[in-house]
Amino acid sequence: MSVIVKGGRVVDPASGRDGAFDLQIDGDRIVRVGRDLPADGARVIEIPGSWIVAPGLIDIHVHLREPGQEHKETIASGTASAVAGGFTAVACMPNTEPINDHAGITQFILKKAAEAGLARVYPIGAVSLGSKGEQLAELGEQKAAGCIAFSDDGRPVATALLMRRALEYAGMIGAPIIDHCEDPSLRGDGVAHEGYFASALGLRGIPGVAESLMVERDVSLAELTGSHVHIAHMSARESLRAVRAGKERGVRVTCEVAPHHFTLTDETLDGPVKYDTNLKMNPPLRERADREAMLEGLADGTVDVIATDHAPHHADEKMVEFDRAPFGIVGLETAVSLVFDRLVHAGRLSVRRAIELLSTNAAAVMKIPGGTLAEGLPADVTIIDPDRTVTVDAAALRSRSKNTPFHGWTLRGGVMMTIVGGRIVHENPALAAVNR
Amino acid sequence: MTPHAQLPTAEPTTAGTTERLKSKDLLGIAGLDAGEITLILDTAEAMKEVGARTIKKVPTLRGRTVVNLFFEPSTRTRTSFEIAEKRLSADTLSIATATSSVSKGETLADTVRNLEAMSPDMIVMRHASSGAPHLLSRICRSAIINAGDGMHEHPTQALLDAFTIREHKRRLRGLKVTIIGDLLHSRVLRSNVLLLNTMGAEVWLCGPATLMPAGLERFGVRATTSIDEAVDGADVVMLLRIQQERMHGHYFPSIREYFTLFGMTPERLRRAKDDVIVMHPGPMNRGVEIDSAVADGPYSVILEQVANGVAVRMAVLYLLAGRESAEVHEA
Repeated sequence: MSVIVKGGRVVDPASGRDGAFDLQIDGDRIVRVGRDLPADGARVIEIPGSWIVAPGLIDIHVHLREPGQEHKETIASGTASAVAGGFTAVACMPNTEPINDHAGITQFILKKAAEAGLARVYPIGAVSLGSKGEQLAELGEQKAAGCIAFSDDGRPVATALLMRRALEYAGMIGAPIIDHCEDPSLRGDGVAHEGYFASALGLRGIPGVAESLMVERDVSLAELTGSHVHIAHMSARESLRAVRAGKERGVRVTCEVAPHHFTLTDETLDGPVKYDTNLKMNPPLRERADREAMLEGLADGTVDVIATDHAPHHADEKMVEFDRAPFGIVGLETAVSLVFDRLVHAGRLSVRRAIELLSTNAAAVMKIPGGTLAEGLPADVTIIDPDRTVTVDAAALRSRSKNTPFHGWTLRGGVMMTIVGGRIVHENPALAAVNR
Repeated sequence: MTPHAQLPTAEPTTAGTTERLKSKDLLGIAGLDAGEITLILDTAEAMKEVGARTIKKVPTLRGRTVVNLFFEPSTRTRTSFEIAEKRLSADTLSIATATSSVSKGETLADTVRNLEAMSPDMIVMRHASSGAPHLLSRICRSAIINAGDGMHEHPTQALLDAFTIREHKRRLRGLKVTIIGDLLHSRVLRSNVLLLNTMGAEVWLCGPATLMPAGLERFGVRATTSIDEAVDGADVVMLLRIQQERMHGHYFPSIREYFTLFGMTPERLRRAKDDVIVMHPGPMNRGVEIDSAVADGPYSVILEQVANGVAVRMAVLYLLAGRESAEVHEA
């Protein structure tokens, strides 16, 4: 079947295309991008000129929780959440139960993802067996089974020596190492950013330097090995400085920032609902100067990717004392609205830069398909109404978990349609109304 | 005069017009204004008189149930609350962690929901996690009194400290109050800073750099690592407990060195005002943060603090209960 998306603004940074174009999909492929394409019996999806037709968005940092923690999320519910949030592909972290440190688990994840038939799923394998930091996992076998990168996410790659070897070895097979940067001794048993608000609330602090110290280690080791290191969920201004310095001298370092880190600060902890465990994530919400640094990095190119660190947790697990609650919040279904409301409409980013961060660069950094609307490629497409008013309703999230700090927020910008391999996998009901 | 007669009309010694507390709970000093603090302190004066009688009991809380839920070991605070409750004729029971369901894996929320099903009027809680009483207050109808949460607040301790200072100095405004010790981990410190700032005292903090909280410059206090500067001209010197195991977190090299640099000795105390009072929330480590000559010396009001704790807790219980009955009448 042939579909033509007609009337929208195509924004495809990879090809440099930005303007009023129609997009024709035949079967699972994009066949034409051009002006005034004839219908020729194709189904025509007519959309307003302000709507953005983007290459399918890619979230390179999600936790799908399956196998092992299906009460939080499954591959089916997680990918349903992804497509509802406009993501046509996600890369899932290996901290499942068991940890994804073997090809068999990678194969299981890919099988479940195929059964769900929603977003594409790219598994990330563990760097070390059991993510224990002792022995390298079989990265080569894992890569052959479908892993696109390696990470001991949830904890840092334990020692400088292991990180060095992992970078050398992963470099050999052409995969990046993604590091959750955090010096364990400086982090201690901290639960919130070390600063005035944690002090006033009596919460143990995690200084920004706990992160940047390890970012500096990783940048140095990437320089030594010539391999690619990717810094996960960067939050501290000192880390941004380290990445920027590394990039300036040609080190193969990339990094990502999560929407909560460019939206919220630790001041929120002292808001109307004190000790809200949906404000507990790792790295923690940092102070204003850190958020400002992330905003600068997003605009000036130091930051490569926006990734959500989608971390579902069951309500029961979050309904506990702040210091006992697990770290993390869901993010797939609020990311686009936060990017448009807080970055694009706030004048911090152009639409083109936003799409680069959400799609083009995500594909390039992880060396996965997609990230462009080129003719002949699989039709992964996200349609966004940048002016749609969205009110976040935690209960309505497709994710099995509802742990979002954005419940009740009204944001400008929303996902209207998600197409994966030519199939419409998500459609905002309002789109049907526009079409009729 | 009947024992009950005096109580409901606590002497209106306050210049303000605050007659009741705004919140159903006492989660911390944060959120209390000067009028409310003065109301509690004034009410405690009337309560202290009850403790001086032969028959130390008034029927004020008769028929009310108070649960003391202590998830951390405590002798002083728990006993103080229990005595306060009994003097007000409340039905009271105390639960300590060892005997609760928490050891069986039950969550705090479930423990408290089960207690609530038995309709207590107030829950007094001590918990090792900062913010635990805030969680309770979101899910409970009962009035919640924070008897110390993690490193966050210990409001009744700050109130009894203020009460003790006021008894000696007749005021709080303008006094130099110096607090010395483990500033980082102390809930007593946080509540005292909030209270003393609200009441217009000049607060000085002193301790090793390793035990100073981040963002201290926004606490509205003067901070120094020089004990002589901190004590100089002080009206009140308050020592905080030093946990001996803090050495393992690299906070200081040894107890010996801590005492050498920060221990309160009679020599050091000479820099303070002639009528200085020395306070300690307990439990004390003699020879660590305080020399016995100071702890047992003429300036020490440490045991008065303990005595006043009962009166202040009676005042808090009474005011929160009164607030509740007022609400019933209004409804």
